[in-house]
Amino acid sequence: MKLTFTVKTQAENAKLERRFGRCPYFLIIDTESGKRTILENPALDSPHGAGTQAAQFLIENNVGVVVSGDFGPNAYSVLDAAGVQIYTADEGPVEKLFADYQDGNLQRATPHAGRGHGRRR
Amino acid sequence: MILTIASGKGGTGKTTIATSLALAIADESPLYLDCDVEAPNAHIFLKPTFDQSRAVTLPIPVVDGGRCDGCGRCAEVCQYHAIVVIGAKVLVFPELCHGCGSCTLQCPHTAIEEVPYRLGMLEAGLSKEGIRFARGILDIGQPMAVPIIRALQRWHPFGEMETIIRDAPPGVSCPVVETMSGADFVLLVTEPTPFGLHDLRLAVQLTSELGVPAGVVVNRDGIGDQRVDEYCQSADIPILIRIPFDDRIGRALACGKNLVEAFPEYLPRFRDLYTDICDRIIEREAVR
Repeated sequence: MKLTFTVKTQAENAKLERRFGRCPYFLIIDTESGKRTILENPALDSPHGAGTQAAQFLIENNVGVVVSGDFGPNAYSVLDAAGVQIYTADEGPVEKLFADYQDGNLQRATPHAGRGHGRRR
Repeated sequence: MILTIASGKGGTGKTTIATSLALAIADESPLYLDCDVEAPNAHIFLKPTFDQSRAVTLPIPVVDGGRCDGCGRCAEVCQYHAIVVIGAKVLVFPELCHGCGSCTLQCPHTAIEEVPYRLGMLEAGLSKEGIRFARGILDIGQPMAVPIIRALQRWHPFGEMETIIRDAPPGVSCPVVETMSGADFVLLVTEPTPFGLHDLRLAVQLTSELGVPAGVVVNRDGIGDQRVDEYCQSADIPILIRIPFDDRIGRALACGKNLVEAFPEYLPRFRDLYTDICDRIIEREAVR
C-alpha cells in the first residue's frame, strides 16, 4: 500500500502542508517495503484545477491513502471515485502523523460542504 | 467607438461616471453594456425596461460510457483539468471546463458529445432617455465571468451600434481584460487615496499592455493627497474630469438618483468629457 502525505519541504520529517492541491511535495511511503519517495506536485503552479490535477497525479502513482489538511470538493470526489482513503490532519511533523496513522488515530476526511478553494476565476 | 469605464479599485465610481456619461449623450442613443456580471447595478440608475433576454451556455463534454475505453486522452489534453480518468471511469467537472472542445476533438473513439451548460444570462431593453441598455448576469455559484462578458459584447440586441459604453468590473483580472479588449479608449476612475493610487497604477499597466489609450477621472476629489495627480503627470496620463467629494452626491446615489439627474449642472461637463475623448481618439487615429 502506498501512503502519501502532502508536505511543505523535501526535508526529513517535514511538516504537513494543509492545502492538498497546492502542496509543494508529496511524500510517498510504501508501507510494505518502508521505501520513501518525494515527488514534486505538478499542480503547484497550475492556473486552473489544481485539485483535480493533483488527485489524478496520485492515482497514476497508485497511491491508496492520502493524508492532507483540507481537500476541495473536486479533489475529494476524484480521490473518492478512485477508492483512495482520505485522511485529514493538522499541520505537524510527518513522522508523528505517520505514527498516528499506524495507530489508527487519524481522522477520515468528509466530503467538502463548502465551495472549492482553488483560484478559480 | 467603444469606451470602457474601468478602475483598479472597486467602489471608486465607475458606474456613477459611466451612467452619467450615457445620460449626457443620450441623444446619440448609445449602447450601454453593464459588464460587471458578478454584481451588475447600472440598471438601478438607467432604469431600462428589459424586453429581450437569452441564456449564456458553455459546451461541456458528456462521455458515452459505451464507446469510451478509458484511454485518458481527454484528461491529457484538458489544460483546465476539468476531466479526470480513473480506470474506465471519466469524471467531468463542469465548473472547471472552459468549453474549448479539445477533449471532443481529440477523443479517438468519438465518445464525447457536447451539451450546453448554463452559466448565466443576458438582458436588454431601452431606457426612457433612449439609451440602449444590456447587461450580463452570472448565475450564483458559477465561477467564470469571462464567457458571460464575451457573450454580452458579441450580442447585438439593437443591431450594430456606433457608440458603446462598457461599464467594467473592478480590478485588473481576466474579466477586466475582456472588457478593455477592443476598446478605443479606457476611462480609469480613481480616488486620490493611497488605495486609489495603488490600483490605478495596476490599471494603467493593463491599458498599456493592451495598447489602449487611457484617461483618468478623479472622483471624490479633495480627499486624500496629491499623489494621484503627481503619478498621472509623471506617467503622462491625462486627468479628464474631477468630481468633488460632496456628500450630497452620495445621498443622491443612495436614493437611486444618478449624478447628472440629481445635479444637472454636471451635464455639460460630461458632454465636454465625451467630446474630449472623441477628439483624443481621432487625433490618435490621425497620428497612425
